[in-house]
Amino acid sequence: MFENVPILSFITFFPLIVALFLMFIAKVSRDNAKAQIEKNAPMVALLTSIAVFILSFILVLQFDASSAEFQFVEDTQWLGGGIEYRMGVDGISVLFILLTAFLTPLCILGSMKSITKRKLEYMVAFLILETLMIGVFCALDLVLFYLFFEAVLIPMFIIIGVWGGKNRVYASYKFFIYTLLGSVLMLAAVLWIYGYGAANLGTATTNIEVLSRDLDIPAGAQTWLWLAFFASFAVKMPMWPVHTWLPDAHVEAPTAGSVILAGILLKLGGYGFLRFSLPLFPDASVSLAPIIFWMSVIAIIYTSLVAYRQHDMKKLIAYSSVAHMGFVTMGIFVVNVQGIQGALFQMLSHGLISGALFFCVGVIYDRMHTREIAFYGGLVKNMPIYAFFLMLFTMANVGLPGTSGFIGEIWTMIGAYQYSPWLAAGAALGMILSAVYALFLYREVVFGEVTNDKLTDIEDVTRNEFIILAPLALFVIVLGVYPSLVTDITAASVDNLISNFNAATGQG
Amino acid sequence: MLYKIIVFAPLIGALIAGLMGRRLGDKVSMTITTALLMLSAVLSWVAFVKVGFNHEGTSVDVMRWFDIGDLKANWAFKIDTLTAVMLVVITTVSALVHLYSWGYMEEDPSKPRFFAYLSLFTFAMLMLVTADNFIQLFFGWEGVGLASYLLIGFWYKKPSANDAAIKAFVTNRVGDVGLALGVMTVFLVFGSVNFDTVFAALAENSDRVLPFLGMEFNAIELIAFLLFIGAMGKSAQFVLHVWLPDAMEGPTPVSALIHAATMVTAGVFLVCRMFPVYELAPVTSGFITVVGAFTAFFAATVGLVQNDIKRVIAYSTCSQLGYMFFAAGVGAYNAAMFHLFTHAFFKALLFLGAGSVIHALHHEQDMRKMGGIWKAVPITYIVMIIGTLAITGVGIPGTGNIGFAGFASKDLIIESAYDAAHAGSAAGAFAFWAGIVAALMTSFYSWRLIFMTFHGKYRGKKEVLDHAHESPLVMTIPLILLAIGAAFAGLVFYKAFAYNANDFWHHALPVGGHAELAPSNLYAAAETTASDADYGGGHHSYPGWVLWAPFIVSVLGFIIAWFTYMYKNGVEKRLAAEGGFVYRFLLNKWYIDEIYDATIVRATKWLGDTFWKRGDIGIIDRFGPNGVAAAAMAGARRLSKLQSGYLYHYAFVMLLGIAAILALVFRSVGG
Repeated sequence: MFENVPILSFITFFPLIVALFLMFIAKVSRDNAKAQIEKNAPMVALLTSIAVFILSFILVLQFDASSAEFQFVEDTQWLGGGIEYRMGVDGISVLFILLTAFLTPLCILGSMKSITKRKLEYMVAFLILETLMIGVFCALDLVLFYLFFEAVLIPMFIIIGVWGGKNRVYASYKFFIYTLLGSVLMLAAVLWIYGYGAANLGTATTNIEVLSRDLDIPAGAQTWLWLAFFASFAVKMPMWPVHTWLPDAHVEAPTAGSVILAGILLKLGGYGFLRFSLPLFPDASVSLAPIIFWMSVIAIIYTSLVAYRQHDMKKLIAYSSVAHMGFVTMGIFVVNVQGIQGALFQMLSHGLISGALFFCVGVIYDRMHTREIAFYGGLVKNMPIYAFFLMLFTMANVGLPGTSGFIGEIWTMIGAYQYSPWLAAGAALGMILSAVYALFLYREVVFGEVTNDKLTDIEDVTRNEFIILAPLALFVIVLGVYPSLVTDITAASVDNLISNFNAATGQG
Repeated sequence: MLYKIIVFAPLIGALIAGLMGRRLGDKVSMTITTALLMLSAVLSWVAFVKVGFNHEGTSVDVMRWFDIGDLKANWAFKIDTLTAVMLVVITTVSALVHLYSWGYMEEDPSKPRFFAYLSLFTFAMLMLVTADNFIQLFFGWEGVGLASYLLIGFWYKKPSANDAAIKAFVTNRVGDVGLALGVMTVFLVFGSVNFDTVFAALAENSDRVLPFLGMEFNAIELIAFLLFIGAMGKSAQFVLHVWLPDAMEGPTPVSALIHAATMVTAGVFLVCRMFPVYELAPVTSGFITVVGAFTAFFAATVGLVQNDIKRVIAYSTCSQLGYMFFAAGVGAYNAAMFHLFTHAFFKALLFLGAGSVIHALHHEQDMRKMGGIWKAVPITYIVMIIGTLAITGVGIPGTGNIGFAGFASKDLIIESAYDAAHAGSAAGAFAFWAGIVAALMTSFYSWRLIFMTFHGKYRGKKEVLDHAHESPLVMTIPLILLAIGAAFAGLVFYKAFAYNANDFWHHALPVGGHAELAPSNLYAAAETTASDADYGGGHHSYPGWVLWAPFIVSVLGFIIAWFTYMYKNGVEKRLAAEGGFVYRFLLNKWYIDEIYDATIVRATKWLGDTFWKRGDIGIIDRFGPNGVAAAAMAGARRLSKLQSGYLYHYAFVMLLGIAAILALVFRSVGG
């Protein structure tokens, strides 16, 4: 179907084109027409993102899951010097594109009422954000990847910085400081690889496939390169102890910003580990894995405990995200089928669950303009539908079997157990602690008597909110009951990744 | 198809009532859920006869779940006698509880939600007992935990109910971690999570040694132990029992269904389902015996002095579960299952009877404010007496089965423990004596409950008694049906569960304790003993005093209770006034909740606060971004233009700069 069409480029850049178009006509229009454009911008953005979602869905249907090869590949010379504009997807990346394309329209829909100032710019920022996120997952060239990977933060900074809460400047600053450090180190590593590749492969290239397959980096150098990439990915995950930007960023971000942050941006680090760290630096990935494991288990236990003591709903969920990402990093670096499939699944599932949880916070934030846990109580009385959704997502977050949350956790733990029972046992403590903080939040907000007068006639979820939450709920259940939907697509690529890894490290 | 209907009918009911209950209205939701559950119950009895007596056990594949690498699990049912017994217990009690709730929850404004939860619970429980692999078992295991959490906290306005719900979920999760680690160990050792595959490969792995948390264990022992941790959580065994008494915050029908008859017995079911594992794990089996016996004893002591009618029964449940465990521990799996079966009837009866009393007395649960009400609630009174006769094990010693339900099953357990003790097991001897002593206490607190509630002088508010009335038919009919079960379940099913046990269990369980089993090929163990037709797990070879001891202590308990509460009444008041340390120690449940609060709960909060305020804010932020920020700000003061602007502009410029540099560098390098 897509043989001769640059479908990936189209999916990637369509939102950007629409965004530029919106900006352009707003610029050249007179004032009253401008108001009209501003009014229509959300609908234009929504329709655009829905079109992207439909195309992504068709893309996944057209994707040949039996092959581990990159598909829908586009390749053009670009900056010169072997740097290509190379796009393509495999089983590991294709579902992230679908997730991005799925969450974006929901975010835009969710923002329609809650964003009141600078609507046009907001929508433009979101569309650009979508382009950059999809670009990250399509890019098959190291430089192209790096550009998307770093640029994706810019619209995020802007969304937090312009439409964020009171402390938005501090939050974006913190976010920036952390990422800057990682970026610089990763950039240096990219340059080194380029130079080393040019010297050893005969031709200069930044083609990820070629580098992964042909470039044999000495173990000593691998360590440094691994650490440089790690600096960038660990911040994005975020892993303990470089996680403290996340709670602040979430608290200040508008609802949709939080959803994208938790749903997609936190997955870039994990994706990076899978796409670069394992294939390019296999020896270092074996020798340095213990660092990852320590940091993962500490993240799971430490941040779960911290989450339990939070007073702000978004902070609580943010800390819980860090804990859940701990399962991802743990699963990736045990490098077995269960670990990596579990990590991938956990990323996709967490994208849905955390996104849904932030939407749920947004629902009551829009009504009451506070995220203080103590402000709420007894919501179930007036908001039974809301209470139902929040219960479902809370249980998914706790990892209850039957929801997608369970699958990711149990697979990564089964994978980790084969590496070391210690690791799995440490992570398993997170099972208890997640129940502690998640049920604490639910009780404080939803159960109990209505003690706050302001809540006596709070309104239940609106039709729009229902349209957002219902599909998320459905997928959380469907993926919990039939996770093969995901693994059927990812299996070939994951198996390929693992066998290449084992061949490179001389195992298996 | 039969089994799919049995399992999924409650789910359909739950979905209809839960998602559409508000639109359908109370009556429709209640009718649909109850009718579907009754369908499920009737079909379960059909299945029970098919499997238990016609040996038509089978397996049913429902749907693919996942397969990644060797890790394969399907949604599938394994139907054997063990499952069939659980099916009838679950669906029968659940159907009766659904019916009973029509009356008990009459005045509750959210009936559809209640019935949806009940049906959801039933579905999860059915998934648990039909599982053919560890992952589906875990699904059901946690699913019932969810339903239990929702139902304990059903009256969400009460803070105590919410606390109890969370306590139940979290305590169960502690056990679940053990179970999960057990499942992981199973996969590591056997490369499969399918029951049959694992059981078939047990013998060849029986000597395998595994490193675990810095120690070395026999792989089978480790698996057995970890799985049992899960069982301890779900079945409220000592150390993890603390949630069960608090779970009484839930509506009484819930206590009857979940916290007496079904969910709490899941641990016993697990150990029985895993019998091939436990047969190869003598150390863990000994541990189970000791934990079970101690719990039987411990919970009974606490039950002696409680004043809340439901809490007495809750501790009694805890204690009876202890009996089931030590039976399983000494290898008398059939006795454990038999007691599980009879206990479901009489304990559900006692709870629902207590509910009837509470209903009559306007939600009064304190027995100190009851007394002499038997005339007002005659049916309830009679069925409670039957329930008490059943739990105290009244019957004719030496006959095996001529007596109330608990007589047949409890005596079988005590005799099994005697067998084990006789064969030289210290754990068995401990269990035997703990069982006898606990039986004495069981009799005492059970009759105490009857005397304090129904006899003597009424001690509550007068107007409450004036309004006291017998419960409506929807409540008394389930009571009467359960009473019939409590009276005759032992008599009727003794033959199947215990005497012709090999024929009935038909490979699902071995019969006759560890000694009977050949250690070499244990999966076939049930088969080998099946040929040993004259062994009945029976009563023929015991000294007279062993047969008579349970009966004697039961009568003794009755006499002491009568003497204390009927002959000399007012004991409670005197005890409360001048009760010594022992009384307070028991009344406060051995202070175990206080110990947990002072240690685990406090430590968790302290660690959370410390990590947050000292770790994140005090160290990471201070020396990380804030430190950098301070330095950068100091530097930036000179560049006031940049500083005055929004920081995101700054960030924006920086990133564009990086991108530009990158492009330039590559051009020059590659050029």
